[in-house]
Amino acid sequence: MQTPPTNALQPPEPGHSLWHDTWLRLRKNKLALLGALSLLLVAAVCLLVPAVSPYGYETQNLDATFSPPSAAHWLGTDELGRDLLTRIATGGRLSIAIGLVATAVALLIGVSYGAVAGFFGGKLDAAMMRLVDILYSLPFTIFVILLVAIFGRDIYLLFVAIGAVEWLTMARIVRGQINSLKRSEYVDAARTLGFGKTRIIVRHILPNILGPVIVYTTLTIPAVMLLEAFLSFLGLGVQPPMSSWGLLIKNGADSMEEYPWLLVFPCLFFSITLFSLNFLGDGLRDALDVRASKD
Amino acid sequence: MLRLVLIRVLQTIPVLLAIIALSFGMLKLVPGGPFDTEKAVPPEIKRNLEAYYGLDLPAHRQFLRYLANLARGDLGYSMRYSSRTVNEIIADKLPVSLHLGGLALAVALALGLSAGILAAVFKNTALDYSASALAMIGICVPTFVLGPVAVLLFAIHLRWFNASGWYEPLDWVLPSLVLGMVYAAYIARLTRGGMLEVLSQDYIRTARAKGASGPRVILRHALHGGLIPVISYLGPAIAGILTGSFVIETIFQIPGLGRAFVESALNRDQTLVLGTVILYAVLLITLNLLVDILQTWLNPRSRSR
Repeated sequence: MQTPPTNALQPPEPGHSLWHDTWLRLRKNKLALLGALSLLLVAAVCLLVPAVSPYGYETQNLDATFSPPSAAHWLGTDELGRDLLTRIATGGRLSIAIGLVATAVALLIGVSYGAVAGFFGGKLDAAMMRLVDILYSLPFTIFVILLVAIFGRDIYLLFVAIGAVEWLTMARIVRGQINSLKRSEYVDAARTLGFGKTRIIVRHILPNILGPVIVYTTLTIPAVMLLEAFLSFLGLGVQPPMSSWGLLIKNGADSMEEYPWLLVFPCLFFSITLFSLNFLGDGLRDALDVRASKD
Repeated sequence: MLRLVLIRVLQTIPVLLAIIALSFGMLKLVPGGPFDTEKAVPPEIKRNLEAYYGLDLPAHRQFLRYLANLARGDLGYSMRYSSRTVNEIIADKLPVSLHLGGLALAVALALGLSAGILAAVFKNTALDYSASALAMIGICVPTFVLGPVAVLLFAIHLRWFNASGWYEPLDWVLPSLVLGMVYAAYIARLTRGGMLEVLSQDYIRTARAKGASGPRVILRHALHGGLIPVISYLGPAIAGILTGSFVIETIFQIPGLGRAFVESALNRDQTLVLGTVILYAVLLITLNLLVDILQTWLNPRSRSR
């Protein structure tokens, strides 16, 4: 491409995509980068350790119960001599899996629900959003516990129950975005130019709701992981001998007087992950310039 | 204003009915009753048990009967502790939970408001930064991490408090602090934001120009407007304190309703689960309603609508 001679009228800058701009802005946010980095680190530990560890997450060694951190067991062992690091990593895999799957469920329900309400508008929109309002006022954690009481303690149920709880805000955000985009001038312009509905949706509306959806997704993942750990802590979620962070924290709390490492390490992993996800989510929100609007 | 309140009250009735019907329906959907234990119960005893709880009736009759009893305030017998009614269990445990929840809310408001106001007044100073950092920790670290760590530190190492129990006023300190901390953090953030916005307004400058003292401007003029975001957060905060008390009561072995609820879910004690869910729903919806009314009343702009 040839550059025209410089004059008062600058040549158009090479186009920046939304993602490029976002990356430039995100790069300046040290806290968000730190979050992303430590997140990668935790994920790497969770993925690699169970694969290379000489111990299985449920391998018991009754000769080495409650052994403090050592060369053989980096983070020590629990009451059945199981390697804590392996159990933390296995629990982390599960937490991450639940975080991703339940968030995907929430995303699917929330985006389609919000999109339908936003596109059709009118009475249907009013009715659908009224339902969301009502569901919002329900004590949902209590409902999840009720579900557990009814169906017993099943991990897959947990995935669905959490996902079914977390879609409401997503539906509101998507609906609000579509509602205002529908009336924006550039959509009008595209329509005047004779573009079809599909093209308008795919090329003009979708890229614009992507920002808020991404931001809210990164903030939903820690919320989901928190709910899973909360339920497992209460004994209503993941069941032993399977491992989960909530379960490990509960176990650690039961024996923290003599064996504090059983509490401290799971808490550390969990807190680091939550911090990172929150920092990253906040950073993305600033970088994508999503206003903190609920409606 | 009165009309608005009335409409909101009427709106909650279908919501409550829906909650009751939904919970009841879900409990009936499941195959297997609470008496299907590993130990086989002789069929005649099982029949008697089912008659005792009215489980031999068809589902819709059971529901109507439940509603009729509920209208009289009778939640039936617990299925696990068959000699006790759900009402007795609730009467026994709810006061403890309310006590804990009330203290936690007080902690959240006292800590959150003072930290938020100080952070706003001393904006961009070390005080502000440390308050904000503390708030971030409070928001990111969940109650069930904070609780055991606090016990480890303050009860086991420093021996300031008992590690568990609910007997003397000293036992109240740690549970209510831990339970209130998360909400104190949110409230501090909201207060800081609200106060910063108000402090930049003209009428604050006017008040200062007229010679009102610093504290007076903050407390008399700014606080009123700065508190509005905090009030709207009270609804979610109360709901959170309620569910948070499940965890706190488990950690500190407090004989409250939250722990009883979780145990009833583990035991699949259907009547107790159902009764507690309904109670929680009524409690939450009522409190949310009060917060809504308070908010409308405090904000003249929405009052006239």
